[in-house]
Amino acid sequence: MSEPQYGEPYLAKGNEAICEGAIWSGCRFFFGYPITPQNQIPEYMSRRLPEVGGVFLQGESELASINMVYGASASGARVMTTSSSPGISLMTEGISYLLASELPAVIVNVTRGGPGLGNIAAAQSDYNQATRMGHGDMPMIVLAPDSVQELYDHTGWAFELADAARAPVLVLADAILGQMMEPMRPRVDSPAPAPEKPWATNGCRGRAPNVINSLYSDPENMESVNMRVRARYEEVSKQCLRWAEHQAEDAEDLLLVAFGTSARVCESAVAHLRAGGTKAGLLRPITLRPFPSARLAALAESCRRIVVVEMNLGQMVDDVRLAVEGRCPVEFVGRTGGNIPSVEEIVEAVAPQASSAE
Amino acid sequence: MADAQVVFTPPESLHDTLMHYCSGCTHGTLHRVVAEIIDELGLRESTVGICPVGCAVYAYNYFAVDMIEAAHGRAPAVATGVKRSRPDCTVFTYQGDGDLASIGMGEIVHAAARNEAITVVFVNNGVFGMTQGQMAPTTLVGQRASTAPFGRRPDHEGFPVRVVEMLNALEGPTYLARASMASPKWIRDAKRKLRKAFLAQTEHHGFGLVEVLSSCPTWWGKTPKEALEWMESTTMAYYPVEEFRPLPSSEPEGE
Ligand SMILES: Cc1ncc(C[n+]2csc(CCOP(=O)(O)OP(=O)(O)O)c2C)c(N)n1
Ligand code: SF4
Repeated sequence: MSEPQYGEPYLAKGNEAICEGAIWSGCRFFFGYPITPQNQIPEYMSRRLPEVGGVFLQGESELASINMVYGASASGARVMTTSSSPGISLMTEGISYLLASELPAVIVNVTRGGPGLGNIAAAQSDYNQATRMGHGDMPMIVLAPDSVQELYDHTGWAFELADAARAPVLVLADAILGQMMEPMRPRVDSPAPAPEKPWATNGCRGRAPNVINSLYSDPENMESVNMRVRARYEEVSKQCLRWAEHQAEDAEDLLLVAFGTSARVCESAVAHLRAGGTKAGLLRPITLRPFPSARLAALAESCRRIVVVEMNLGQMVDDVRLAVEGRCPVEFVGRTGGNIPSVEEIVEAVAPQASSAE
Repeated sequence: MADAQVVFTPPESLHDTLMHYCSGCTHGTLHRVVAEIIDELGLRESTVGICPVGCAVYAYNYFAVDMIEAAHGRAPAVATGVKRSRPDCTVFTYQGDGDLASIGMGEIVHAAARNEAITVVFVNNGVFGMTQGQMAPTTLVGQRASTAPFGRRPDHEGFPVRVVEMLNALEGPTYLARASMASPKWIRDAKRKLRKAFLAQTEHHGFGLVEVLSSCPTWWGKTPKEALEWMESTTMAYYPVEEFRPLPSSEPEGE
């Protein structure tokens, strides 16, 4: 595989980076329903897609939108929808249908504070929803960008992964990532061509009719479909598993683990802690599913403690504990309801006296 | 020269297979009618059908065209996704009254309002057949259902919904009609209307829907014959069998 080729950087808003990443990868269809803090996405797509020969249609709800995605994907298109927390809840049935019917699609959650109507501030409280999405046995790839550049790159990447896994892929962003502006370099090379889709339902000219379906009345058949979907997920997972490390190699005092926006805060916290003489580092999962469990287990062998920092009441911390299997203590620091733990709060929370009080 | 002549064959758009429908159910006959129309209009190889969740969920085993099984009520949204990405395809949904008029009321209203270029075969049999005879939005006043053991009471369950009349209030749709499967005469009428609902899509690039009054002898607690008689005497009295929104008259109807 050749290295990605990037053009000149320009100042881009996160939500628009998502759109351009999708368009770069060949996405030409978008169905979605407005919800803050991701409204720039449908607004941008409604102007931009017609310019590239695509179609934007505002669905009457998230239920309708995800099922429009289902129809377009069934007919072979690269298609996307985006929403924010309550809207993703409404899409969950449809996402499960996509998975069971082996249909690729990209879904972006620009997460807001919750539960309920919550607020439009940034949060990570949909981690469990994202990584345990939907009814039925549902393995789904989940990506967690932490910058405008990654929103662009990951959205494009998500289409490739969705086609490879023949499954929906979720990009988990948040209100800050969506709204902030950063320099972004667009790709100037061409994406890998989408694979042939001989299974698509687009008229049976010259072949036997195709069926897109998720009904398997016989449990044996359902099991074999679930195993096939799982096997494809495992296969793609092996290739897409990704994480980033920031001074983690020698972080013998403390390893912070965080994704997305909270990982950005943790980078500053690490600098602070290092300046104060604590050998601290950061591991940032970039894929939340698959989760970098093996790397975490290895790092846990050589560090005194792990602190997971999230913008919720503690969700990813469970996955870290499962990965670490007691090799070292795993603690949690977080804020909920749309609040972000500050560098000071993190530094204070991980100070030795705080941990001994636990 | 063979002296035996083939005078009756299954339509090409229907697989020659056993159907799972109860005896006396009109779903099977309606499948045949739809398949004949697809054949006659030469659409088999460009058609994508969307099955509902309901007794017709297995329609993908019967129609010999590309088929998609949708989530309960969402067939018009799925059809929209197909049609918008593949405008060259002829797209139809086949939906029951629980699917279309209860859980999927939002999707059908908005597809009609957008004049989405799709064809909708809407089966009104007054009950939820698949899940064992519960009340539907279309269950008649006084009619018993497994969740309306006292019969439908307007002061408790409200009045039955006349879907076509409701959609007819919208400016969008191109063709709207109600038909009935109560007798061969009515079935011929249903075929004429369904054909127009396909032409609404293929000739007029718009939305065509036919509400087809159908029987569910199993959950009506009637024999197949009684069920058809009841349709003529009772169902058709509440649901007028008419064309509500004819095709634009300037163009031929392709008969
Ligand atoms: C989200 C969801 N809710 C409920 C059901 C259960 N369910 C399956 S079919 C059905 C009703 C079908 O009735 P109708 O559309 O009238 O079709 P019929 O079986 O009478 O042909 C219901 C409630 C489901 N499958 N999915
Ligand atoms: S339950 Fe009713 S609608 Fe369903 S197949 Fe039997 S008769 Fe037909």
